[in-house]
Amino acid sequence: MVITFATAATGLVSSGLDLELSFSQSLQGLGISPQVAHLLWLPLPMLLVLVAAVVGVLVTVWLERKISAAAQQRIGPEYAGALGVLQPMADGLKLLMKEDVIPVRADGLLFTLGPVLVLVPVILSWLIVPFGQNLLISNVGVGIFLWISLSSIQPIGLLMSGYASNNKYSLLGGLRAAAQSISYEIPLALAVLAVVMMSNSLSTVDIVDQQNGAGVLSWNVWRQPVGFVIFWICALAECERLPFDLPEAEEELVAGYQTEYAGMKFALFYLGSYINLVLSSLLVSVLYLGGWGFPIPVEWLVGWLGQSVDAPLVQVITGSVGIVMTVLKTYLLVFLAILLRWTTPRVRIDQLLDLGWKFLLPIALVNLLVTAALKLVFPFAFGG
Amino acid sequence: MTIATSTELICFLILGAVVVIGSLGVVLLANIVYSAFLLGGVFMAVAGLYLLLNASFVAAAQVLVYVGAVNVLILFAIMLVNKREDLKPIEGLALRRLLSGGVCLGLLALLFRVALTTPWAVPGPAAVGAGATERIGEHLFTDYLLPFELASVLLLMAMIGAIVLARRDVLDADVGTGDAVNQALVEKPQTPLLIDESRS
Repeated sequence: MVITFATAATGLVSSGLDLELSFSQSLQGLGISPQVAHLLWLPLPMLLVLVAAVVGVLVTVWLERKISAAAQQRIGPEYAGALGVLQPMADGLKLLMKEDVIPVRADGLLFTLGPVLVLVPVILSWLIVPFGQNLLISNVGVGIFLWISLSSIQPIGLLMSGYASNNKYSLLGGLRAAAQSISYEIPLALAVLAVVMMSNSLSTVDIVDQQNGAGVLSWNVWRQPVGFVIFWICALAECERLPFDLPEAEEELVAGYQTEYAGMKFALFYLGSYINLVLSSLLVSVLYLGGWGFPIPVEWLVGWLGQSVDAPLVQVITGSVGIVMTVLKTYLLVFLAILLRWTTPRVRIDQLLDLGWKFLLPIALVNLLVTAALKLVFPFAFGG
Repeated sequence: MTIATSTELICFLILGAVVVIGSLGVVLLANIVYSAFLLGGVFMAVAGLYLLLNASFVAAAQVLVYVGAVNVLILFAIMLVNKREDLKPIEGLALRRLLSGGVCLGLLALLFRVALTTPWAVPGPAAVGAGATERIGEHLFTDYLLPFELASVLLLMAMIGAIVLARRDVLDADVGTGDAVNQALVEKPQTPLLIDESRS
């Protein structure tokens, strides 16, 4: 990370920060061929994103503990570090130290593969999360569609671990998780489709660019209020957060599909669900809240200060503001999700499926049709 | 050979091996749950092959439809009716296996012949890349509109059929014997919609 930002400060290009180009240029200055430079560059953003995801999870776990404590008039973790900030680290270390138990009658291979299959697609989805014009791992053309298709792999991992545990609660939890994520995927995809229709592109970078014409006023949340609510509800259901945490409902299913898991395998589930929460919040901020955009367009501010957008210092500041804005919006949404978790009761399974199929799906379809109509009638405002 | 082409070749060999071995496992494994999970792996490997061909939209659609929907539904069905029962031995199993193996080998021979005799244009047409999504959309709504609509009508028919089969209509009298049915034992007694009561 230090290397990439150091090179960013020396060599900058006009289209915002392009760390890869400056990295490979500086390596070629040392006499290394472009191909090898590219090869050396490839693992860097991946590592950075892994670290960012894990740190994001640690922060979220700490927030969850503190906010739940506040909601229940407790103090929460206090002694591990200032305000208990090291508590999530202690949790993680404890899970690392624990014995890795595989039940005797369980299916060892599937039991091990299940948590991996749950975690890998979630981490892969970080591929498309942009923190700035060039600050993402890969600006793939199918962008947001890649996330939707990757998130559909997760239920297989859940079914696998539920089945392999050889425990009725685990199997029921796995089946519930799969049913839930299949039913909420459809309204989720329809809500995303309405946004895609307005920005004429599946790429997350284009979706954010399309929202940043006039700062806070041009964010998608004003043009897609219904889609925003549908997406948020479906994202919570996909993350299995309360009020939709039926797959691991303690009172009914012990802990659902993770009942038999201990140690690092349990930690993988835990990590997966929190990374998924952070990822969903990131995508809500990208799709509806202007991504890395500042409420007042940075270009205007730079113009008022009489600076050029291409000046190296301005670009570094713009990039940092972009990262800060993305993280800020994301953690506001995480805060909202945590508050919801500790203040709302759980829905029943029939209410969950009714909400998904009989309410959200029709509304999402109508939202899509209305967006299409508005796009034809007001092409200037809805990205004709 | 550059780094890019050799990486591509290695990826292709790995994916091809996964597809071949995985599909053999799907057919040959005795445990149906393993077969279903392996099928998911095969679908993923095929999506990887699409990615190698620069067709990222098709790859993502493959994962979404086949892995996320078809395979999950297969697993769902297997796990919901997961009765641990010993199946009755089938008569003449060896002969049946021999016959189906022969049919499959014939199909393989046919495919090999097609693959070897077709004059493939090498290198093929340039990859469309990121523009593929738009091209697929255009084709679906112009020259492939009829098959597209026919497929959706077919799916609608299947859906209605499934609903008709899955609905539990409970009459107050058994249709065959005429005995009264105790409606208190039924989870949700309701007036039947699909069966005409005036006839019985």
